[in-house]
Amino acid sequence: MPVVLENLGKRFGDGAPVLDDVNATIGAGEFVALLGASGCGKSTLLNIMAGLDVPTSGALEVPSDGAAFMFQDAALFPWLTARENIELALKLRGVGKAARRIKANELLELVHLGEAGDKRPHELSGGMRQRVALARALSQDRQLLLMDEPFAALDAITRDLLHDELERIWKETGRTIVFVTHNVREAVRLGQRVLLLSSRPGRVVQEWAVTEEHRTDAGLAGQLTGVITARLREEIRRHAK
Amino acid sequence: MPNNPTPVAEADPVVEAKPETRKVHAALTRSSTGHEDLRELEAGLDSLQSDAARKHRIDWSRVLLPVAALVVLVLIWQFYVSLGLKRRDLVPGPLDVLGQIGVLWGEGKLQEAVWTSLQRGLVGFLISVAIATPVGLLLAQVAPLRRAFGPLISGLQVLPSVAWVPAAIIWFGLTDATVYFVVFMGAIPSIINGLISGVDQIPPQYRRVGTVLGANRLQMALQIILPAALPGYLGGLKQGWAFSWRSLMAAEIIAVGGTIGFGLGSLLDQGRILSDMTVVMSAILLILGVGILIELLVFAPIEKRLLRSRGLLAGSTR
Repeated sequence: MPVVLENLGKRFGDGAPVLDDVNATIGAGEFVALLGASGCGKSTLLNIMAGLDVPTSGALEVPSDGAAFMFQDAALFPWLTARENIELALKLRGVGKAARRIKANELLELVHLGEAGDKRPHELSGGMRQRVALARALSQDRQLLLMDEPFAALDAITRDLLHDELERIWKETGRTIVFVTHNVREAVRLGQRVLLLSSRPGRVVQEWAVTEEHRTDAGLAGQLTGVITARLREEIRRHAK
Repeated sequence: MPNNPTPVAEADPVVEAKPETRKVHAALTRSSTGHEDLRELEAGLDSLQSDAARKHRIDWSRVLLPVAALVVLVLIWQFYVSLGLKRRDLVPGPLDVLGQIGVLWGEGKLQEAVWTSLQRGLVGFLISVAIATPVGLLLAQVAPLRRAFGPLISGLQVLPSVAWVPAAIIWFGLTDATVYFVVFMGAIPSIINGLISGVDQIPPQYRRVGTVLGANRLQMALQIILPAALPGYLGGLKQGWAFSWRSLMAAEIIAVGGTIGFGLGSLLDQGRILSDMTVVMSAILLILGVGILIELLVFAPIEKRLLRSRGLLAGSTR
């Protein structure tokens, strides 16, 4: 099991807990969508898994080499070209110069950006930037890939395509992916499992399995989306008082 | 209208949200039909969404406008002088000054003064950069150091470097060391401050990315912080050069003689002693001219390239 979360809790200072008693296990090669409304501590949970933050209680088990991380904005370095951005990640991993070049080109090819390697981030569209960011995250060569709403800022056409793209790359590379989103449709579209996180404090309240049929049968996927949406709204309504 | 429910509201899954009733929502499914289809769609979208490359042409207004401005100023100067309001030896005209510059060139004094000052200014500036860059990075990255020395460095930047001239003369006598010392005291604090403010303006996301990518402290400083801070650092370098040049002139005007060579400041001071306004004006124009040339030939192209490569030039008036 690459990721095991046991009774994980997190509070900042003396404030109310952001995460409370979070339990989850994520298997190798699994694609898990972590779904929740605003303020459910999704990003905090991801930061803890990435080692950018420490939990205040509970225990977690993550791969010892850490995790690759993809942010909501591509966060590419503007002084480097697309290829150099990937090469920098490889360099920080200790990959030799010649090998870096080859590997970076392979990864650009994987995200269908073989032609755009010499472009600077500001010359790329939002979708292309996110694909470079994905290639950079993959270049870290870690089993676990954490994604923090990576497609939230993209237009609908691009997002639909990137869903297909991410699914394809996940199948090709066999990574374990934890994908944080507040979009139920996106969660159902991508996850093999959808975990619903409650808000304030964040806790895993329910989970659903998504089968291969849901990927192609819009009726089936729509039904599941409805069920999850209803459960999510129930969680949100609790905060109305 | 909660007390008057209509059948329409019942059919709306957004309002009706009992978990046990299964409502069909719009859903996302696989939208492309295969790998090749996906590649093609993406290529189409990429070409739609990214800008076509723009061609760079020589923009003559960049050359003509400054020249026109210069011509206008000189004409106003000549007009004022020809009115004859002031004695000609107190306010010489452009032609008088041009004549004097010709004489100084003929004597070889002009070349000597410009070369001596320029060489000192550049050497002093480069040494300042070499000292200030590591110090600035260290201060920007290590919080206790910055808290301890930050105010002092800011203070040193405000302190006019001319104030160091008397001390430098007492310590080093009338030697080149005096000149360089004053240049360092002028340039180093402003380069350090420029670098620190450049580092402060780095989006926090870059550091997070650096951490996630596994950069250690040194790699973070050299591979991420320094390049990210480059626009601010370049601003600091420009200011550092300006301070070098000014400090140099101040030192040359005050400290004359000894083994200190003959620079532009010395030329200016000589004009004052001889009460020859054409020499004074020539020296001032030369000092100004060197400043403009360095900006045009060194800093402007570097800055422009830097900003353009990061996509920061769009819509600017440069």
